[in-house]
Amino acid sequence: MTTLWVAVLVASLGCAVLKQLGYVVPSRLLQGARVRGFVDVLPVALLSALVTVSTFASGSRLVLDSRAAGLLAAVLLVALRAPFLVVVVAACGVAAGVHALAG
Amino acid sequence: MRRAVRSVLVVRFTRGVGAEVADSADAEAGARRRIRARALVIGLSVTPFGVSFGAVSVATGLSVLQTCLLSLVLFSGASQFALVSVLGAGGGVGSALATALLLGSRNALYGVGVRGLLRPAVWMRPVAAQVTIDESTAMAFAEAPVGFSAYAFWTTALSVYVLWNVATLIGAVVGRGLGSLSAAGLDAAGPAAFVALLGPRLRVASARVVALGAALLAVLCVPFLPVGSPVLLGGGVAALCAVAVWRR
Repeated sequence: MTTLWVAVLVASLGCAVLKQLGYVVPSRLLQGARVRGFVDVLPVALLSALVTVSTFASGSRLVLDSRAAGLLAAVLLVALRAPFLVVVVAACGVAAGVHALAG
Repeated sequence: MRRAVRSVLVVRFTRGVGAEVADSADAEAGARRRIRARALVIGLSVTPFGVSFGAVSVATGLSVLQTCLLSLVLFSGASQFALVSVLGAGGGVGSALATALLLGSRNALYGVGVRGLLRPAVWMRPVAAQVTIDESTAMAFAEAPVGFSAYAFWTTALSVYVLWNVATLIGAVVGRGLGSLSAAGLDAAGPAAFVALLGPRLRVASARVVALGAALLAVLCVPFLPVGSPVLLGGGVAALCAVAVWRR
């Protein structure tokens, strides 16, 4: 078996098993008010962290590029309560425009 | 949207009890239609990334079969990209695996929250777990206040799973030369979609503080921590702080 096959299989099975973990934690461990509060707020916190990291990170470097303009447009439109599709399409349009201008 | 809700209320008020049942059925059908449309938009927005993943993966030296297996079994975009880009950059298998798994561990934490929202039957849990990713989690949480978590989760999961795998195959077969994602602004689609989904929850001040804290902390950690860990650390610490403060 080649190295690439090892990488593909271990990564695939490893990540698939990680996904299962969240569902096999015994539910009695999730009963306490403190744990429930943590579990409730965790996805919002993780997704917010994901938004800025996927906007400003390039590997381990912080960069300011057209993605930031797209995010700014999205935040403004969400604050104005624009529909979902408008937010996504406008953010892409702004990012593409800034990318073209920055050349 | 708010105007539509208001007009539904007015109609309900003037038409009396008989019309009420029909109106709530209408409202439910409307909500499901809106969720299906969003799920499709999210699926379409991951498609360019799937094509580009397929192309990059084959260019790195993986076969079409290996590339498609990653999308079918690993099924988590960030981990897949990390794996092939570390391998492609000449990094060892060890560091490629560590990065992919670190990025994938986010899904385990999502699972804990999603499971509480969906309450899936025991035999459905492995399926739900396999499709618990950023997009399906965000949709499940966004639709929780109106009681459509499960519908939002499964439609988004289906849309993203099918389109991500088709896109991967196309990218792997057709290969490179498909133009850059950033030229089309598509690298802004993911963050924008998540902001739009989180938006309604962030109208509560305390949630806004948690979100901003997580977002800032994660981004500040980027230069100092391995790829994949800033999101876990930023999100985890912000959620812990929120619980500690809230309990007092």
